[in-house]
Amino acid sequence: MALTRREKKERRINILSNIYAFLVYAVLYIPVAVMIAFSFNNQRYNYYWNGFTTQWYGKLFSNSALINSLWYSIIIAILSTIISVIIGTIGALGLKKYEFKGKKVINNMLYIPIIVPEIVLAVALLIIFMKVGLSLGMGSILIGHCTFCIPYAVVTIKGRISGDNDTLEEASMDLGANRIQTFLRVTLPTIFPGVMSAAFLSFTLSFDDVVMSNMLAGARQSTLPVLILSMNKSGITPDVNALTTIMVLVIVTAMILNNIIQRSLKKKKGKI
Amino acid sequence: MSMTDQAAMPKKKNLLPKLAMAGPVSLWMILFVTIPLFYIIVISFMSRGVFGDVVYKPTLESYQTILDPTYFQVILKSLKAAGVTTLLCILIGYPFAYIIARKPKDVAAKMITLLMIPFWTNSLMRLNAWLLLFQTSGPVNNFLMNTGLVSKPISFIYTDSLVMVGLITNMLPFAVLPLYSTIEKLERSLLEASADLGANARTTFMKITLPITFPGIFSAIILVFIPSLGIYTVTDMLGGGKVLYIGNIIKNQFGSIRNWPLGAALSVLLILVTMLLIFIYTRFAKIEDMEVV
Repeated sequence: MALTRREKKERRINILSNIYAFLVYAVLYIPVAVMIAFSFNNQRYNYYWNGFTTQWYGKLFSNSALINSLWYSIIIAILSTIISVIIGTIGALGLKKYEFKGKKVINNMLYIPIIVPEIVLAVALLIIFMKVGLSLGMGSILIGHCTFCIPYAVVTIKGRISGDNDTLEEASMDLGANRIQTFLRVTLPTIFPGVMSAAFLSFTLSFDDVVMSNMLAGARQSTLPVLILSMNKSGITPDVNALTTIMVLVIVTAMILNNIIQRSLKKKKGKI
Repeated sequence: MSMTDQAAMPKKKNLLPKLAMAGPVSLWMILFVTIPLFYIIVISFMSRGVFGDVVYKPTLESYQTILDPTYFQVILKSLKAAGVTTLLCILIGYPFAYIIARKPKDVAAKMITLLMIPFWTNSLMRLNAWLLLFQTSGPVNNFLMNTGLVSKPISFIYTDSLVMVGLITNMLPFAVLPLYSTIEKLERSLLEASADLGANARTTFMKITLPITFPGIFSAIILVFIPSLGIYTVTDMLGGGKVLYIGNIIKNQFGSIRNWPLGAALSVLLILVTMLLIFIYTRFAKIEDMEVV
């Protein structure tokens, strides 16, 4: 069947736009591919390619500085996720539900850590900690991370609270449930997807953070990103590439699993 | 019981849950955002002691130092780099976001996920990859040498251009996401109506698409320009200490150089630029609609 001129033109635009999208993705994926490729480099330092090896995947576990910083980062990310999600969930509900003096100010203040360059907040916290004599270490890093994770958590969760929540909560209280029961049985399930994405976001923000951790870390232990930043001067060794490759695989697998679980949950719901 | 008592009762009863729920987040923001930022403004007006300590003697010295050509050059350079990054992110991101928004819903969702996956890789390692790719004996130079295009390796690394590549590739999603969400809301019927009324594609874009999606463009400007202005990891990783932006200068004042008032004054400068952009933004859109997540 002959195509009309208009259809031909549309098809051409379609092909061109697909090529364009492919090129943009290519530029974004090139660094990831290069990072993975150099984890197989048979060379102490990644100055040039020297043949294929998988030895770094075994050797990385004996690099204690690397593994210690990894654990440190994981612990900090888990703790800041827990703190941020608790304060963020309660805060989002409180800021949505109640009217009080200064609420607008707090609402606007939440956008400061999101928008202001991180270095500004990091040095501001540093001088305050110095002023009050708080010693730098895990505590100071945790406060720093929570300070930018909490606003993201509040904004994410607030977006998921619908108008129905109030009616449902009232119904639950009328039926004799107390505030805690209502929160656990009614409120939490309805905002749960929001809480989950807030948790995911907090974890990734904390885990990948460089600026706060670099400024607020004590001398004793650095997080993984801070270690990588300090290694940059002498050259990053392939075992770090191996470690971050494993991390990408873990995250992508977790995402796919999460997708499958959510889809099967939806199907179940549909059947009922 | 009088009427006023009845009215007062539920109010008092509501105070506790109100305090318990909105309290922690408010307290956190005041303690760790408002007070530190106020304090940094105060410090920026103080003097530096002989040993790099802060002497509480009011002065405008730090602000005068900022205007000193050596520092002012860095500020101008950072503003230019952040500006170019923002412009390129929007020029590259707008058509990209448009293409995604015109796909069926499920395809678009997959394309957005595909956009985010690289950003779950450690950001420093992604930056390092550009270094590995472009270094003296790296794949790109090897290719150029082997094909005989150049006779000796080109020094791509530790240049402004490579820093720019790092900035753009790191910032692109922050432009694409707000652009995508405004373009997605654009009614197709509007565009069809415009075409039916005889407007060509160019006119429709200039008169309909661009004005309607402008809040998205401005969100993208804020979400790309401000972080690029303060960033120091990209310059550290790809600039090799040769390329310095405001972020590096601030970091150094709190590290080896130890001039807190100067670092504070530069931070205040960044706060002012941020506030200016946000002020303009709130003239035509609500800050809640910025699509930061």
